[in-house]
Amino acid sequence: MSFGRFVRRAGELVVQPRMGFGDPHAMRRGLIATWAADATTCGTLTLDSYTRVNDLKAAADALRDGSPLNGYPIVTHSVDTTRRLLEGIAHESFPVQVRHGSAKPQDIVRALTAVGLDATEGGPVSYCLPYGRTPLRESIANWRETCGILADSAETPHLESFGGCLLGQLCPPSLLIAVSVLEGIFFTRNGIPSVSLSYAQQTDPAQDEEAIRALRTLAARHLPTDADWHVVLYGYMGVYPTTTHGALNLLKASAELAARTGTERLIVKTVAESQRIPTVEENVQALEVAAAAARAHTPQPSTRDTGILDEASALIDAVLNLDDDLGRALAEAFARGVLDVPFCLHPDNTGQARSTVGDDGTLRWTATGAMPIPPSAADHPLTSERLLTALTHVARAFDR
Amino acid sequence: MVDVLVAGTVSDSHTWNLIFLQLFCEERGLRVANLGPCVPDALLVAETVALRPGVVVLSSVNGHGYTDGLVTVQVLKAAVPDARVVIGGKLGIDGRGRGEWTSALVDAGFDAVFQGGDLEAFGDYLAGAPLAVGS
Repeated sequence: MSFGRFVRRAGELVVQPRMGFGDPHAMRRGLIATWAADATTCGTLTLDSYTRVNDLKAAADALRDGSPLNGYPIVTHSVDTTRRLLEGIAHESFPVQVRHGSAKPQDIVRALTAVGLDATEGGPVSYCLPYGRTPLRESIANWRETCGILADSAETPHLESFGGCLLGQLCPPSLLIAVSVLEGIFFTRNGIPSVSLSYAQQTDPAQDEEAIRALRTLAARHLPTDADWHVVLYGYMGVYPTTTHGALNLLKASAELAARTGTERLIVKTVAESQRIPTVEENVQALEVAAAAARAHTPQPSTRDTGILDEASALIDAVLNLDDDLGRALAEAFARGVLDVPFCLHPDNTGQARSTVGDDGTLRWTATGAMPIPPSAADHPLTSERLLTALTHVARAFDR
Repeated sequence: MVDVLVAGTVSDSHTWNLIFLQLFCEERGLRVANLGPCVPDALLVAETVALRPGVVVLSSVNGHGYTDGLVTVQVLKAAVPDARVVIGGKLGIDGRGRGEWTSALVDAGFDAVFQGGDLEAFGDYLAGAPLAVGS
């Protein structure tokens, strides 16, 4: 059964860790513990950051020298090693997804399909602009080729857009939704029949609820009718609370948000998040706490509309109208500033958009550059202190 | 010409630390160029040659800062021997700093190391460093 079908048929929220270890035995132990957790789970192989930037020599050196890696180097470990790691684990009732962050993921996708895996994530924009210096047009070409490799080599390929994250925090919902939907369309047009669209928990639960409903509306409007799709929520991706109660309450809030909005899958964060790479046990705790919190809530109808749907829709339409070829349209959109990720330093990002946490705790645009949407709060000159205050808004609220 | 060249280490995709550092330096009257995350060594060398910064500030929070910093500083100092380079952030994957890392990084060519992102020490360093403030 495909990753997408597994998630849609699970009958409750599927929870998933962000787990990656360089050592195959540690990775196997992590997957087994994920599977055994008291929750409906799927597994994750998170890759190391050398593999992500295609520095395979550094990954090989680290394995040889026994230096610790911050994830599993799937391209560097042999096919046999990864097959043994997955033996008896990855199967119909426990699909495993590869998470990486690469703007040049062809080798990663060849490596994951070679061991029988078929689900991964990323996207031509979301794994390029916020994370490095690969030119956007190059990333778009790489991702087009990657979709082809995955579609040709996997029986039931699944791709998740990372567009709901961008820089992890301070990006107002409309742009997160637009990039996620546009990348989902890009995947389906490039031969991937099963996709997931993402949204990262932000500063305000009501704003997040409205955003996820808007994401679902626009996914239904824009994805092909025969596409298999679901929504995945990322537990807060910004500066994380440092107290145990703060971290657990923020995690529970993400699970409740998922449950209230009918979100099918949640990627959790752990109590160790603010300090270091979490252990297997911390990941299992996060999975179980999130699953329990989600079980206590059911989907709630809501008609709140502060304009997120209209904004996201305007952004998507503006891009789709630029060119029939969505790859070219995305490149053109960033060149013209029709899409503009606030605070992103990438040379291909216009960099005129700015945002903040408003007085009411919601995310607001303070400048929108050439995007077809208006700012919603006054712009103040940015200082290091004001930036830090905005970045730590959630951590401070939950650590109290 | 800039006073400070800010860059993420070669494998580190994080941005907020770099934006914060840029503002932190600018508020001290320094002119800053910011290369963003995942800066390859060759680009760092080229920009250091082109911009002649008073100090190159490397920042890392992904756990590979110690390993990446050791390589980068040697490449940079080989190409630009008089470059002044510092590094700071979370330099290892377990979140603990290590005293021996500071000495190893200094031995490799760093002028200063700010483990755990010690901003007070970094601010003092900027105040004391012979940077071309206001010139």
